Amino acid sequence: MTNETSQLLYDTAEKLFSDHVTKNCIVDSEKGIWPDKLWTEVIDNGLNLVLVPEELGGVGGSWMNAGILFKAIGRYQAPIPLAENIISSYILGLAGIEQPDNSILTILNGAFFAESNLISGSSPRTPFSSYSSHGVLLFKDGSDLKIGLVELNKNNIKENNNMALESRGHIDLDKEPIIKSATVDCDSNLINKLGALMRSNQMAGALEAILTQSVRYANERIQFGRPIGKFQAIQQDLAVLSTHVAASSVAADYASSSMDKGNPDFAIAVAKSRIDDAVSVGAGIAHQVHGAIGFTYEHGLHFATRRLWSWRAEYGSGSEWAKLLGEKAISHGSEKFWPSITQGNLDL
Amino acid sequence: MSIPFNFRLTDFPSEAETLRLEVREFLSTALVDVPKETRAETWYGADEGFSRKVGERGWIGLSWPTEFGGSGRSAMERYVVLEEMLTAGAPVGAHWIADRQSGPLIIRYGTSEQQEKILPGILKGETYFCIGMSEPDSGSDLAALRTKAEKKGEKYIVNGTKLWTSGAQRCQYMIALFRTSKEEDRHGGLTQFIVDLTLPGVTIRPIIDLAGRHHFNEVIFEDVEVPETMLIGKEGDGWNQVTAELALERSGPERYLSSYALLQELIKEFSERNDYEGVTEIGRQMAHLTTLRQMSVSVAGMLNDGDNPALEASVVKDLGAVFEQDLPNLAHRLMDLEPDSQGNDFQRYLAILTQISPSFSLRGGTREILRGIIARGLGLR
Repeated sequence: MTNETSQLLYDTAEKLFSDHVTKNCIVDSEKGIWPDKLWTEVIDNGLNLVLVPEELGGVGGSWMNAGILFKAIGRYQAPIPLAENIISSYILGLAGIEQPDNSILTILNGAFFAESNLISGSSPRTPFSSYSSHGVLLFKDGSDLKIGLVELNKNNIKENNNMALESRGHIDLDKEPIIKSATVDCDSNLINKLGALMRSNQMAGALEAILTQSVRYANERIQFGRPIGKFQAIQQDLAVLSTHVAASSVAADYASSSMDKGNPDFAIAVAKSRIDDAVSVGAGIAHQVHGAIGFTYEHGLHFATRRLWSWRAEYGSGSEWAKLLGEKAISHGSEKFWPSITQGNLDL
Repeated sequence: MSIPFNFRLTDFPSEAETLRLEVREFLSTALVDVPKETRAETWYGADEGFSRKVGERGWIGLSWPTEFGGSGRSAMERYVVLEEMLTAGAPVGAHWIADRQSGPLIIRYGTSEQQEKILPGILKGETYFCIGMSEPDSGSDLAALRTKAEKKGEKYIVNGTKLWTSGAQRCQYMIALFRTSKEEDRHGGLTQFIVDLTLPGVTIRPIIDLAGRHHFNEVIFEDVEVPETMLIGKEGDGWNQVTAELALERSGPERYLSSYALLQELIKEFSERNDYEGVTEIGRQMAHLTTLRQMSVSVAGMLNDGDNPALEASVVKDLGAVFEQDLPNLAHRLMDLEPDSQGNDFQRYLAILTQISPSFSLRGGTREILRGIIARGLGLR
């Protein structure tokens, strides 16, 4: 925890999620039931506006502050698009576009272009598309790169889910009107990067959750006359899981903090790649320790592990980001390898 | 249960980044004649001439208080010097232990007589220390050690054997953990001493490792008379003193940079051939290395703030050893080249690191011991 805002956000999210994100809440969400009460509380507390400047009614927080919330979403597997709305509000802020009242935003990730103010393109896996009123996107308008806001309607969405049964619809826009847009000077890969940053933090949170659950289970489950956590084989496995949990949290913080410093490309690639490896090892150990019970729908472990397996593939797999790092390292040569790590910079 | 670790990110202050450039400048000329094999060994490679040069620059005891002759700079600045030395393959082995833990131990627990006698030589890069902990029947179970120091007048009479003592052949002193009271008192009966290795009755025998190198030694004590003035700290407090020392020993950059030379050589090979075959693997290693560095720097920050990050240090050392040990296997998978001490640079690095990598998860606390410590932190023991 770096400052007061972080502590406040942490406490608020803890209180809210421990009250509302019950097992029933997650199970219902998998049946397509929107957790209205939870979402209302989140909005009433202004958590979606953490990155919006104070003068525009937001919290004026940092990316490290936002990371606190992303991790909490992962820790509780909160089935709401809070992370996506935080990112969307930030992107709209970059363009000075005001968020419509009572809107639920989602991020459209794909190639879009505009012709005479009508927008076309598709976003194949759109988070929480079935509950979202508006989409935020980056698009080409001639040679300009613009940020835009569009209204979503059911005709444009082909509903789909990810493996964790979170809504991930395919959205096709065919000459749809833009509500608002503005030319921006930003990276054309911005949405993918912010998505990777958000999922990295959420995964760090979900990894904490599976560690906590696994340790609790190991201390409760009795076999051979004692808790299985008393066996060295289990202790050693859980220790390994915890080292990956620690590494993931640090990698996610590193990405958030680099975002705050305005130099995030290297750190985001590091985080998404490192945490992907942690998921492979960590989810495996958590399930092994839980035995057969953790493999049932009834037991809640899978709410975290199915999300981890889905999230690690979203916004570029770990390998995709690792490939980017490796290509830069090889093309810049061995002499620049160490300086690029100490400066956290891909292009020295 | 809440997560028992707290790795908060730590930034290097600007003076540390200035120092980094000075160290790079110094190393660009100081390492010209250092052979590849020595470079590959990083902190196990020793060159006394090099250590004296580092001492002249004031980079030994960098973070020690000025009243003890140190430079009074932050742990973060010290960290920068260490990581730059290690990644450049500087032969820091001679002064490494004295700088890292023996000097700080003497500053914390030593008498002013001990401090005046020993610290100046460490700072000059001329006085070297080894660690006398392990024994033939006491490895991971350190508290089982049996070497006895019996009080007789103003002296302690020492009998027994220390084993796996790295670098003893070039050290003037050992910080040794001896048993000063009866064996039933496993932890309470242990005391630390500063032992002058030139005392009569001390025999240092080489133990050659599997790569043919002489790093390990067996140090035998036969009726060695250690003056009571060389007891460090309090009699019977040895166990607690050693535990504190281990936090310094377990989290530094040497715990994940041991195979760094090989990674750099691998990138060099790929760059020169313009070959992107192993590109994803290189990127993954970069992600792991960067994350480990952030974790290790975080522990340095906690030490700097006076916290006790013993658990976090164990996490860094365990993950770091896995990373270091994977690299020779990865290099083998990616390159169709035999490890060969007569071959090209890559093959020579691969030969040395393949052979020494088993030691990475043994020295300074085995993998199993570290994971046991972590499991205790998780509330499983």
